[in-house]
Amino acid sequence: MELTGAEIVVQCLIEEGVDHVFGYPGGAVLHIYDAFYKQDKIKHVLVRHEQAATHAADGYARSTGKPGVVLVTSGPGATNAVTGIATAYMDSIPMVVLTGQVPRPLIGNDAFQEVDAVGITRPVVKHNFLVEDVKDLAMTLKKAFFIATTGRPGPVVVDIPKDITAFKTDFMYPREIKMRSYCPTIKGHAGQVKKALEHILDAKKPMIYTGGGVILSNASEDLVTFTQTLGAPVTNTLMGLGAYPASDKQFVGMLGMHGTYEANMSMHNCDVLIAIGARFDDRVTGNLEKFCPDATIIHVDVDPASISKNVKVDVPIVGDVKQVLTEFNNQLSKNDRRIDSAALEGWWSQINEWRAQNCLKYDHDSGTIKPQFVVEQLHEVTKGDAFVTSDVGQHQMFAAQYYGFDKPRRWINSGGLGTMGFGMPAAMGVQFAHPDETVVCITGEGSIQMCIQELATCLQYGLPLKIINLNNRYLGMVRQWQEFFYEKRYSMSYMDSLPDFVKLAEAYGHVGIRVEKPEDVRQALEDAMTKYKDRLVFIDFMTDREENVYPMIPAGAGLNEMILI
Amino acid sequence: MNMKHIISILLENESGALSRVAGLFSARAYNIESLTVAPTDDETLSRMTLVTSGTEEIVEQIMKQLNKLVDVVKLIDLTVNEHIERELMLAKVQATGEARSEVKRLADIFRGHIIDITDTTYTIELTGTGEKLDAFLTSLSSIKIFEVVRSGAIGISRGEKSLTS
Repeated sequence: MELTGAEIVVQCLIEEGVDHVFGYPGGAVLHIYDAFYKQDKIKHVLVRHEQAATHAADGYARSTGKPGVVLVTSGPGATNAVTGIATAYMDSIPMVVLTGQVPRPLIGNDAFQEVDAVGITRPVVKHNFLVEDVKDLAMTLKKAFFIATTGRPGPVVVDIPKDITAFKTDFMYPREIKMRSYCPTIKGHAGQVKKALEHILDAKKPMIYTGGGVILSNASEDLVTFTQTLGAPVTNTLMGLGAYPASDKQFVGMLGMHGTYEANMSMHNCDVLIAIGARFDDRVTGNLEKFCPDATIIHVDVDPASISKNVKVDVPIVGDVKQVLTEFNNQLSKNDRRIDSAALEGWWSQINEWRAQNCLKYDHDSGTIKPQFVVEQLHEVTKGDAFVTSDVGQHQMFAAQYYGFDKPRRWINSGGLGTMGFGMPAAMGVQFAHPDETVVCITGEGSIQMCIQELATCLQYGLPLKIINLNNRYLGMVRQWQEFFYEKRYSMSYMDSLPDFVKLAEAYGHVGIRVEKPEDVRQALEDAMTKYKDRLVFIDFMTDREENVYPMIPAGAGLNEMILI
Repeated sequence: MNMKHIISILLENESGALSRVAGLFSARAYNIESLTVAPTDDETLSRMTLVTSGTEEIVEQIMKQLNKLVDVVKLIDLTVNEHIERELMLAKVQATGEARSEVKRLADIFRGHIIDITDTTYTIELTGTGEKLDAFLTSLSSIKIFEVVRSGAIGISRGEKSLTS
């Protein structure tokens, strides 16, 4: 069957089972948009800025595990998408981004809306392609989906010149693909698995530290089995929250810069550290020289380059997290040996002493709205079962610390790149994927303004997002650092001339609510979830201006050197 | 300790493959001393030879990061095993007066060839390890050098061990 390049693009997406494409049209992709117009299998979502298209596709991917798909035009379309591509790259999110390109004869001539999209995106993609022949188009798209979704996932950009989308060729979508230069290791080495288990069962003070890899690999159940069989404490990174239920007693909270005291102290004092699908990020380890001084470190990761990158590992296991955890669990079920129970009991009593510090306590009697309180109330009103996206800053940490995620893929945030403006468009992607679920975006008055135009997209598609704006009239995290480390010189951290967010929400056709007193917090949240269930509700919470995120590990300190409130 | 490593890489002969490797080195602040790339007997593959230096940990990361590039088919650190290293140099030097015979003598000692002559210059072609080429240039210390062009090292492992797809 002969199809145009544009028709081939659409057919390939259908073959890949894509149901949503997030994008914005422009000159170089007009043929593709015309092909979209003539079909009804894929819903195209029109955003208001290409950055939002990538974040929406990203939110869709994080909440479903399926690759997010983006379509943007050449030049500024591609450059606007870069922030979202880099966001997905840093958090290993599967995404396929189609960028239009000027026709091949014009490439390199500084044509209108021409940029070297492959060159610009190269450092922030898992791989990218420039399609140079319409005959290669289907195979290139097949490769793009294959690369994006296998091994350590990530974004793949396919740059398609406009003339290619007009040419015709026979279309046949390849069923299978094999690339000699790309074959990720999935199964963990049996000898290493055995060796790791020996260390684990010999432990007196074991600690399980897991990251986003457990979620990406859909291995939460396996992690729960593993953790409960061992009886060991478990911590999740910012990216890994929800992989282990926060309400379980073996969960010691998030670790790292704003992690709990008990999580960080357990890390620092453990004798065997079992790192699974985590990458020893600098926000997690603190000062590397002081990191886990007495621990034998086991590291399971699908990406060999993540192993021994920051921290020298004693037992590396390269493989898919789910496969390796399944193997751990199989071996444990065949073996009656367990960690010495007396040692484990002693370890837990130590951990419970740390826990008794109650490091997440905060002032309930200030008369001001504490951001922590809003998040706790939100947890209650949504029964802890909402999809929660966030932007970046203090509100992100409060959400991570106080929401208590019991399920994977419920917590959606830009952990690696730390992209302000991520929250609302990501929530849109989540809501498209889960139309009947409650989707909340916890944000701040700084971040929300970085993609505020998407309120229009939400109206167009009737997305009933609940936007929780923790408005302290400061760039809170910047202000906190300036308070601690720059003698309160609040350089540019004050948001002067803020808009009236209630009127703004209303201007976009949504419901706006302002909350100024702690006693009104609960009612506003309940109204948002019930009275205005089917509307987008923007709640502008006027929070305590100078509340800080505690506890905190200052720069250069070890995990055992936290500042407590 | 920083050691010199010669890394041989087989990569897909695709446009942009070279910039992926070069971009990786600049993005991660790795050092490149030299880099050469050309097609192989298999036209779908290019072979790149990259000379770098760093601690054991850094070179291990370099190898892993290179391996992660989708266009990289295979790679080997030649310096780990017995290997042969060669580099080509063209040096254009002044050849007047006493220097005319002196340069000829030095070129002979280093088994170089004079491949172009003018009234005032010789152009010498010399192959060998980087150290040999350095030594030749040092021996020319009293001679005026107009221009030196070096290819960067290429290498191959000894015996039957081969880097093939």
